[in-house]
Amino acid sequence: MSGRNPYVRPMTNWWLKNPFYIRYMVREATSVFVAVYAFILLVGLASLGKGEAAWNLWLSSLTNPAAVFFHLLAMAAALYHTVTWFKVSPKVAPPLFVGNNRVPDKLITGVQYVIAAVVYLSIFVVAWT
Amino acid sequence: MAEEKTIEIEVLRYRPTEDSEPVAETFEVPFTYDTSVLQGIQYIKDYLDGSLAFRWSCRMAICGSCGMMLNGEPRLACNSFLRNYYPGKLTIEALKHFPIEKDLVIDASDFINKLESITPYIDASEPRSLDEGEYLQTPRQKARYDQFSACINCMLCYAACPQYGLDTGFTGPGILALLHRYNADSRDGARDKRMEIVNAEEGVWGCTLVGYCSEVCPKEVDPAKAVNLNKVNSTMDYFLRFVSPKKGASQ
Repeated sequence: MSGRNPYVRPMTNWWLKNPFYIRYMVREATSVFVAVYAFILLVGLASLGKGEAAWNLWLSSLTNPAAVFFHLLAMAAALYHTVTWFKVSPKVAPPLFVGNNRVPDKLITGVQYVIAAVVYLSIFVVAWT
Repeated sequence: MAEEKTIEIEVLRYRPTEDSEPVAETFEVPFTYDTSVLQGIQYIKDYLDGSLAFRWSCRMAICGSCGMMLNGEPRLACNSFLRNYYPGKLTIEALKHFPIEKDLVIDASDFINKLESITPYIDASEPRSLDEGEYLQTPRQKARYDQFSACINCMLCYAACPQYGLDTGFTGPGILALLHRYNADSRDGARDKRMEIVNAEEGVWGCTLVGYCSEVCPKEVDPAKAVNLNKVNSTMDYFLRFVSPKKGASQ
């Protein structure tokens, strides 16, 4: 007679049980903020098409404290997404070679961080002035 | 001589003929600076409870037998040290996402069956006879698959992968990395056969890039990289079949 009776453990709340999984879920959740932000922009575009009054109404609605708060949250989410995305990007790109050696993952990620920082700061400076 | 201390080790036990579900049991284990977790478990079996079941063999992180959850993290017991868990308590559990056979022993049949299914050897593209000499390869061609060939089949990446835990139909990180190891080898010719496994719903597309598999790999294989590279390959495979008789490009 076989004494086998394999036990399969449940996966309940699996993502709360490891900080790595929580960070992954947060990374995925940032897409919600990006989607809402894109929708707000789309509404802006539509109101621009409707005429001056609609456009001004949309502009003034953005000064609402709730709107400002959401945009700050969305920016934080987008930044977190950028950082984590560039961190995993070497895993998605085909291997890069310099001579016979593969370009190290950290260098690929690092260069992207630098480019992102320069672009973001330039846009920020241009928009502010 | 190194000072001897005592650490509390809580082991999740499961006796298939007696228990309906696993139960935790705590042991007091003496250790010194260089005592590995594996040695700690061996101490339990030798001196405290001989019925404790676990797998081990080489004691030097190359056989891949002693994978288990240490404080919830998939690790090899032989290259983890009790000193790093002291003065806290160390909890040990069988590798996550696999059925528990007994105590720390899991049922690995699913992994083994998948391993057999991927043609896990070089299926030469141009078979050569012995007198034709060896297969030549440039350092660059070797660099394409090198890191993926370091896999020791320890299954820590499966214990790290929630997608595998939620659906064991998913081929999973380690096997897909090994599959890529052979596909990326310039001497191999079985790519088309393996791409069917890659392209399947249970293949690379079951991965959502959690990335924990690469984090826990004791051999720096980076399975997440192999899987996600093959999402690109799979996409190329899909679209290029319309324009190229040779199907997609090989990475």
